[in-house]
This record gives sequence, C-alpha cells and structure tokens, in this order.
Amino acid sequence: MVLKLNQSEFEVDRDKSKCISCQVCVRQCSNDVHEYDEDDGNILSENSKCVGCHRCETLCPTGSIKIKQRESEFKRNANWTPEHLKNIYKQAQTGGVVLTGMGCDKPYPVYWDHILFNASQVTNPSIDPLREPMEIRTFIGRKPDKLTMSSFTEPGSNKVSYKSNLSPQLKLSVPILFSAMSYGSISLNAVKSLAMAASEFGTFYNTGEGGLHRDLKAYTANTIVQVASGRFGVDKEYLNSGAAVEIKIGQGAKPGIGGHLPGEKVNYDVSNTRMIPEGSDAISPAPHHDIYSIEDLSQLIYALKEATEYKKPVGVKVSAVHNVAPIASGIVRAGADFISIDGFRGGTGAAPQVIRDNVGIPIELALAAVDMRLREEGIRHKVSIIVAGSIRSSADVIKAIALGADAVYIGTAALVALGCHVCQKCYTSKCNWGIATQDPYLTKRLNPEIGTRKLLNLLTAWSHEIKEMLGGAGINAIESLRGNREHLRGLGLNEKELSILGIKHAGEAW
Amino acid sequence: MKKIFIKEEYCIGCRLCEIYCQVKHSKSKKILKAFKDETDMLSRVMVEEIGHNSFAIQCRHCEDAPCVEACISGAMLKNKNSGIVTCSEDKCVGCWMCIMACPYGVIRRDLSSRKVASKCDLCGDEEYPVCVRNCPNEALQFKDI
Repeated sequence: MVLKLNQSEFEVDRDKSKCISCQVCVRQCSNDVHEYDEDDGNILSENSKCVGCHRCETLCPTGSIKIKQRESEFKRNANWTPEHLKNIYKQAQTGGVVLTGMGCDKPYPVYWDHILFNASQVTNPSIDPLREPMEIRTFIGRKPDKLTMSSFTEPGSNKVSYKSNLSPQLKLSVPILFSAMSYGSISLNAVKSLAMAASEFGTFYNTGEGGLHRDLKAYTANTIVQVASGRFGVDKEYLNSGAAVEIKIGQGAKPGIGGHLPGEKVNYDVSNTRMIPEGSDAISPAPHHDIYSIEDLSQLIYALKEATEYKKPVGVKVSAVHNVAPIASGIVRAGADFISIDGFRGGTGAAPQVIRDNVGIPIELALAAVDMRLREEGIRHKVSIIVAGSIRSSADVIKAIALGADAVYIGTAALVALGCHVCQKCYTSKCNWGIATQDPYLTKRLNPEIGTRKLLNLLTAWSHEIKEMLGGAGINAIESLRGNREHLRGLGLNEKELSILGIKHAGEAW
Repeated sequence: MKKIFIKEEYCIGCRLCEIYCQVKHSKSKKILKAFKDETDMLSRVMVEEIGHNSFAIQCRHCEDAPCVEACISGAMLKNKNSGIVTCSEDKCVGCWMCIMACPYGVIRRDLSSRKVASKCDLCGDEEYPVCVRNCPNEALQFKDI
C-alpha cells in the first residue's frame, strides 16, 4: 500500500454557486489540479497537486476560486515542526536532497523592518520633489583618488575640465538594477521584459550565467554580462557586447555551491546561447577552478579588463558570508570596479533547502560591515557597492543607500512585478506565470510588452517614493545620502546589532 | 476602420475571450445569470488550438465579404460607413450559405431560438470588443488598419 505521507499544502476552495465550469482553471494549471467531469459538468480539484501559485484564482472570471492554506493536523510541537516532519518523510521516501526555489522564507529578523528613516522638522527645511530638482542618478565604477582640474582654458571662460583619468562608469537613472537571472533559469520572454525595461528606463539588467541570446543584442548598452564558474556563453564578443562585466563567485541563496540547469531545460535556443550541446546538463562548479585566492581573482579581473580594453567596469559578485568584509577588501585590492553582495534572502531558481535556509548572513549586516571596513581602510571610493538579497520596496532601497550601498539589485521584486506569486516551485519548470520555465505552452503566457510596462511602472513608482523620502529628509541628491547613517535609527535592536549596523537607536538625537 | 488583430504568439488558450463574448451576446449580460440560466450560449470568437499553438479568431469583416455576396435574403450586410459586417437576425432564413462561403469558418449556426447565422459584430456599442478587453495577455488588439 502506498502511504500518503505528504499532505496537501493548499486547498482549492471553489464556490459552487459562482463556478460556471468555463474551464479556464483547467486550461491554465500546469500542475493538473483541476479536472472537468464531462458527465456532470462539474470541475473537481486535487488539492495535493496545488502549489499555491494563484494562477487559477487570478484568471477565474467569476471569482469562484480561493486558494487557502491547508494546515496539517500534526500534534503540536514547537521543536518538531510540520516542516521538519514533512521533509523527513519526503527524504525517507526518496533519499534525495530537498530542493526549493526563491529566497529563504524562515522568520529570521529582517533588519530593514527594524530601521527607521529620518525627516526634516523646523531646523532644516524639507524639499518638495515635485517643485524642486531631485537627483537620483547614480554612477557605478571606480572613482579617482583625487580629481585634478585644469585651469580655465581661456580668460573669461567658465569651462572647467579635469585632468584625472576616470575609470569607466555605468550611468543609472535610478539606483536600482535588475539582478542576474539567466536565460535558462527564466524564460526568454522574462529576460526580454527585463532587458527592454532596463533599456527604456536607463538602468541595467544582468545576463546571469545564461549567455546573451541573439534577440537581446539590441539591448547590450544596458546589459551587464556575467562570467561565472561554468563560463557558459563567454567569448570575446560576449564580453565586449555588455556595458560591464560581472564575475560571479557566489549567490546569496546558495553560498558555496554551484548551479545545475537540468538537461531538459537545455533546448535548442538555450544550448546555442550557452554554447553547450542540446539536452546536456549545464553544471556550474562550486568554485571557479582558476580562482583559489585574491591573487587568482585579480588575474581574472585583469584578463577581463584586457579583453574589454579597459573600457568597461569589471565587478565581482559574492554572497554575504561571515567573512564578507575582509573578502570585499581583497576584491577591491584585486582591482574590481564594483562589488555585488547578495544576502542570504536572495532568490534562486533552485537550491537545496538546507543551504538556502541556513547558510549566509543578512544583507543589512553584510553591507554595513563591508562599507565600514572599506572606509576604515580608505578604499571605499575605489569601488561601488551593489547590494542584493530581498529588496522589497523603495524603503529598503533608501535604507540600503543610507547604510552605504551605491545601488541595489532587484530580482524577486522584478519577477513579482511580472506576475510571480513566490510559490517557490521554480525548480519544477512548471511555472504557471511563464517565468521560470522553458515549456513553450507556458512561456507564451508572459507577453514581454506587458512585462516591460509593469517593470517600468515599478521603477517609476519607486523613483517617486525615493524622491519623496529624500525630499522629506531635506536631501536633494542621492549622493548626499550614501553612507549617511545619521539618517537611520534602529528599533528593537540590541547594542551589538546597532554597532554592526553603525546606527543609533530610535530616540537618540544627533 | 478598426479591426481585431491576432498575436498568436501570446495566445495562452485560456478561452476567456469566448466566455466574455458569450456573456456580451446573452440576454442578461451578466456572467453568472447567463451561464447558470441561459441555454445554448454561443461564442462568436473561436479559439483554435494545436499543441501549444493557439489563437482566437473572429469575423475578419472582409473588404469584399463573400458572406454578403452569398446571402440570399439580404440579412448579411456590410455597413458602408463602419465597415462592420452584421447579420440582421429577423431577415436571416438559416440557409447557411454564408457559412459555406466564409473562408475563415467564423460564422456559426445559432439554433437556440430561430435558426440564424451568428457572427462577430465587433461589439458595435462598446469602445473595445469584449474579447480584446478581457484578453489577459493582450493577444488580441483592436486598432486601425
């Protein structure tokens, strides 16, 4: 007898008085939850197959479907929680690693939610961003140690120029970029949406380790090309087509381990883009086998700079781990123009659950530690810091910048804008929203024109909010906020947390 | 004139266009009432599907409409101003010559009361046809030729 040890996570609550048996739910569910019974004209739903993606609920024309959490009636136990039990049942049956998608969902403290932003009252005027200029343009890249200005070229002329050689910079119209998500892990329509939105808004998207699809060559001016341990899709043309190059060492969701795109997802197009045989597993090793030290990293950075003739910033992405501050210091000294730090809440297409939920540190603490360390060493200006790992709102963006970031990467937030409901089943390749899948029946559900519009709306809305918050604090340029921790106060944090974050507790004046 | 354009690469085969078309051409115009109480609901837009390829097709309102040519009772008419081809149901005698003549197969037999030909009227009284307005993926577009 087959024991059914894994109970349903969700329940499809169908209001029979509203259901018109139109079968939209049947046609839209890739998990085959709903089934139309031709004999009696009713639709039956199999709860155990439901992943909680809400596709059917969103498209039901009469609103008859509601997806509800289905609590299992385990004997209450604060230690042996249903999650532990279910994972053990699953593993006892399969002998495998429990896989999951998206970022860590455990109730660890979210420091963003314990940090409050400042505003002006009486002694310093606030600024109305709708009436006065507000600068949120951001430049990513190495800044010079000092700026030497040339004297006025002609008497009476007000033209000033500088003599210092500037390193290549990325110009962002907003301090937000789209995170590295490869074509393969997400659909081409999803990547196209990101590329088109980045190009139109004046920011950047990142190829992940997926290579550059031929359809995306029109957006290369807004592309950061990634070089990761598998080196998929990397050649001289690829490196030179992007606006910047990013070396991926680690990912917040799975620090220390590599990636694995199963052969089923490597279709003709993915195989061409990644430059690997069709149907073969795309395995990214855990380490770069040519990088075992900061000196090795420096070699790769300069190899990439040589390949791109020193015309493009070269950055390094690492996950936030315990030793992140000294590692960041090493990365700056190795010659990187920007560092991307990915916190432990960062998303993924697939990761072992045990790694996602237990490895790494929060981005807030990592960012504060890195910014502090680089300042103490006098090398903060040599590098731009981009942080990632669950930036959920414009408030998180502004707090990150006040903690010392130059810009932020948004991945999950961008996918949510495209329709993602964070069901965490990316690794199944059955994404009903047409995002984390290569199934042609599902990928067409994401119309890149609609996707682009939604992403542009999100960036526009966040820009407005950032300007409002800056104006409220009496600041008219995002530059003036960077690393300005006096604008932040902690709430409900202990002394140690406050000292790592480098902020005062709420109630303490200047 | 404005016509409906089909972007088959974004048709997801949900058939919401068919559902809203049926409601629009029902007696009550209310989705629950129409589907629960009315019989023989007929959509004037049809989703064609083979594998993952699908598209919704409705009357193309042809310039030189063969159905108008074929109509023996003068029920099928093309409005000279709007360009919309409509079937005047009180004149239709149900000979189905229009169905024989239509190159797109988008005219159907409405057998619910009198036998008449049923086809897309571009929702003449609406700014956008309901199939276009309710397509969740913008696979149908209503625009000038």
